[in-house]
Amino acid sequence: MRYEPVIGLEVHVELKTNTKIFCNCSTAFGGAPNTHVCPVCLGLPGTLPVLNKKVLEYAVKAGLATHCEIAKFSKFDRKNYFYPDLTKAYQISQFDLPIAERGYVEITVDGEDKKIGLTRIHMEEDAGKLVHQGATITTSNSSLADYNRAGVPLIEIVSEPDMRSAADARAYLEELRAIIVYTGVSDAKMEEGSLRCDVNISLRPVGEEKFGTRAEIKNLNSFRAVERAIEYEIERQTDLLEDGEKVKLETRTWDDAQGRTFSLRSKEEADEYRYFPEPDLPPIVLTDEWIQGVGDALPEMPRARRARLVADGVGAKEATIITSDLALADFYDEARAQLDDPKTIVNWLVGDVLAKLNASGKSLAESGFTAKKLTDLLKRIASGDISNKIAKDVFMEAFDENKDPVAVIKEKGLQQISDTSALEPMIQEIIDNNPKSVADYKAGKKKALGFFVGQVMKQTKGQANPGVVNKMIVELLDKQ
Amino acid sequence: MSEQRATIHALHEQLVNKECTSRSLTEAYLQAMEKGKDINAYITVNREAALAAADAVDEKIARGEAIGTLEGIPMAVKDNICTEGLRTTCASKMLDNFIPQYNADVVEKLHAAGAVILGKTNMDEFAMGSTTETSYYGPTKNPVDETCVPGGSSGGSAAAVAAGQAVYALGSDTGGSIRQPAAFCGLVGLKPTYGRVSRYGLIAFASSLDQIGPLVNDVRDAGIVMNVLAGYDHRDSTSANVESEDFTRKIGTSIEGVKIGLPKEYLGEGVSPAIKARLEAVSEALRAKGAIVEECSLPTTNYAIPAYYLIAPAEASSNLARYDGVRYGLRVQADDMISMFKETRKEGFGDEVKRRIMLGTYALSAGYYDAYYLKALKVRHLIKDDFEKAFATYDCLLTPASVSTAPKIGATYDAVATYKQDICTVTSNLAGLPAISLPSGKDENGLPIGVQLIGKAFDEAFLLQVAAQIEEIGMA
Repeated sequence: MRYEPVIGLEVHVELKTNTKIFCNCSTAFGGAPNTHVCPVCLGLPGTLPVLNKKVLEYAVKAGLATHCEIAKFSKFDRKNYFYPDLTKAYQISQFDLPIAERGYVEITVDGEDKKIGLTRIHMEEDAGKLVHQGATITTSNSSLADYNRAGVPLIEIVSEPDMRSAADARAYLEELRAIIVYTGVSDAKMEEGSLRCDVNISLRPVGEEKFGTRAEIKNLNSFRAVERAIEYEIERQTDLLEDGEKVKLETRTWDDAQGRTFSLRSKEEADEYRYFPEPDLPPIVLTDEWIQGVGDALPEMPRARRARLVADGVGAKEATIITSDLALADFYDEARAQLDDPKTIVNWLVGDVLAKLNASGKSLAESGFTAKKLTDLLKRIASGDISNKIAKDVFMEAFDENKDPVAVIKEKGLQQISDTSALEPMIQEIIDNNPKSVADYKAGKKKALGFFVGQVMKQTKGQANPGVVNKMIVELLDKQ
Repeated sequence: MSEQRATIHALHEQLVNKECTSRSLTEAYLQAMEKGKDINAYITVNREAALAAADAVDEKIARGEAIGTLEGIPMAVKDNICTEGLRTTCASKMLDNFIPQYNADVVEKLHAAGAVILGKTNMDEFAMGSTTETSYYGPTKNPVDETCVPGGSSGGSAAAVAAGQAVYALGSDTGGSIRQPAAFCGLVGLKPTYGRVSRYGLIAFASSLDQIGPLVNDVRDAGIVMNVLAGYDHRDSTSANVESEDFTRKIGTSIEGVKIGLPKEYLGEGVSPAIKARLEAVSEALRAKGAIVEECSLPTTNYAIPAYYLIAPAEASSNLARYDGVRYGLRVQADDMISMFKETRKEGFGDEVKRRIMLGTYALSAGYYDAYYLKALKVRHLIKDDFEKAFATYDCLLTPASVSTAPKIGATYDAVATYKQDICTVTSNLAGLPAISLPSGKDENGLPIGVQLIGKAFDEAFLLQVAAQIEEIGMA
């Protein structure tokens, strides 16, 4: 029997606010343990939460960017459970009236367009971090609690089970990430944990309407891990079904090193969080005008930007690469404004620049390599000042040492010699000194021309403009 | 009544006229506390800080500076209101060692007003109870009759004021915890409109019901304390952003033509005959003052107790979950995390607290939520609607503050029977309305009777106006 995977994603995104969701503590990452805390985020007796308005604005922004309906009446609820990283023994979250619902994200996989539905987006607070002295909390003699992260604002984005392959899931996650980054509400870095993704996956026979039993996969720290874990699960669940066994409703964890998932705990017993409306926070009531205002401030979204690039003559594949990263997309637009040659810009951006970024592990901002630097370099090629080959060397140095490429060209005297008055005496001298080659040329041996060009390039250490040199030699030989 | 049961406004005059000093007052009250220790009104005495605060006020007076009405007046704070550096226990073993890092909003306001805080008063554990017998620190005695309970949960605050161990005290009221002890001890107790006083720093019992308010010797004092306590606080999202006002401004003005409703549901079978008789007498006296007093009906009142005893424990079960032994308070060491949670909570909480946590946990559980918690919320709405309808006709409502006068210590042990006695007070918490309890007459055993006025939201000044007229009728 052939099986079809049914995949849904739950994505947590850390919002890029300066302060926490319910108090004034800093959200900065990496402080000494328990230095970004106050009575409120420590949940000390008698303290009360106050909603950070920026969190609301960011959640609405994310909702609008993913075509969600924004709730004009929404509320917070308490999700009750005991764990040492949760200072109040409840998480303030949203249960039945989330801030945004019924949206979608458009993706393109293998040339096919798909809409992945979004069930909901809700706001909630993050918990603290536990450092166990042993492997887990149950096997450790003690654990240390750091509450710097407690109260950092999150949005949870829950998709519909609309994905049918690992490629779908990856495309969705990349598109969602790009949207989030474009809106400016989060850095959404998987490796730093500001974007976290859990996968729900089940199989069903092709043609079957009903969903199979799902497994939830956690601990996915990269796009690649998401893809691999899904591929692994499809295989694992297929094997089970083909052997006549049942897939268990459970939470599994991905082991990246071993490339497989492991069972963490059963989900057979329904979670009991005793949700109820948070009495310390009044409901959130939004006006159309306010929502409109947030919507008006939204920038162009990745998909629209991609279409614009393609219309500009950029290939679909390159446009996808560029627009999936806001910094690259902005780099392109800036370069494009300075140079009317999209093809060359894209070739360099997707080729040389991206290769350098990947090799150095730096972001564009960190590298210091700007659109202006690239276009300055490209303009020098266009004007014939330098050859394409020299330009590559200039780029390497400009990138590695964070220099201005124009300065590198000057400094190293790499400018091509196109000045005919400077070249003419040199060429004449070479002609005068090589009568045999002149005779060959006159006799129709075109190879002799190559000899003269080679001589000029040798004497100018490759700086002579080959086109110019070629033309001048022919002219001077014809005069002989 | 002890000679020391002076009012804030009388003592303020004495301070201004230099007939006494804040230090002499404070020392006298500290002495009374020491002498009347067996009443068990206080959990923690704040002696040195109180004397220092008193001296600061005396210096101010000596410099010829004007002082505020609460300045230099010795008072007490219920032990569920956070005081920075001063132990705050909620009368629970769980918080026996808990010293807050910050002041509650009301404590900041008291400090700013120059109040002299004598100490922290005894209460039912986590404010759960109506006798002050569930305290980890033992029961408080009613100064009127020491064989009786002072009521609860603010029993320590009521006893302190009634025994002349504080000029006034702060209490908190979730279902009557200010008004009922005020009634049992012969005091005035005011539960303000929900949102009138910031809850920031009040250790939560039931967040949607809790309000801080004063226990005082007369109606004017209630207004004077409210002038300091009331006001918007951005740290409490349920705090109301309303204009400040002088709560005493209507005291002494006529109530001619005022329409007062007498809801019959508050005068049912369970109410003692002496209290019923007193309500009639008060109604008559108010009519004589030109008020229109007539019977009315709030038919949903009978559902208030079940609704209250679902909503309050549900919120409490969540509010008290943070006491897990991880960060502060009691920790009972155990072999693993879950056992530590369990042992800590088993040892740290008393029976009544555990009972309510279990009730609330049950009410919020999947499969029961709709039948219990959600239904209770609906009843709460109906109760609000009932009040709204009544207030379309009446300016305020007159009811007993409790169904009986103070019972004997150790007499109440049936939880459900005890819960039922909260019928007079829980409705105003469910509806978020202001209500005042004040002494009027005594029963056959000489125990004070409390009558209650329930008003429209933010209509405290009017409640004090009518209450002052009832006060004028006297105790006879």
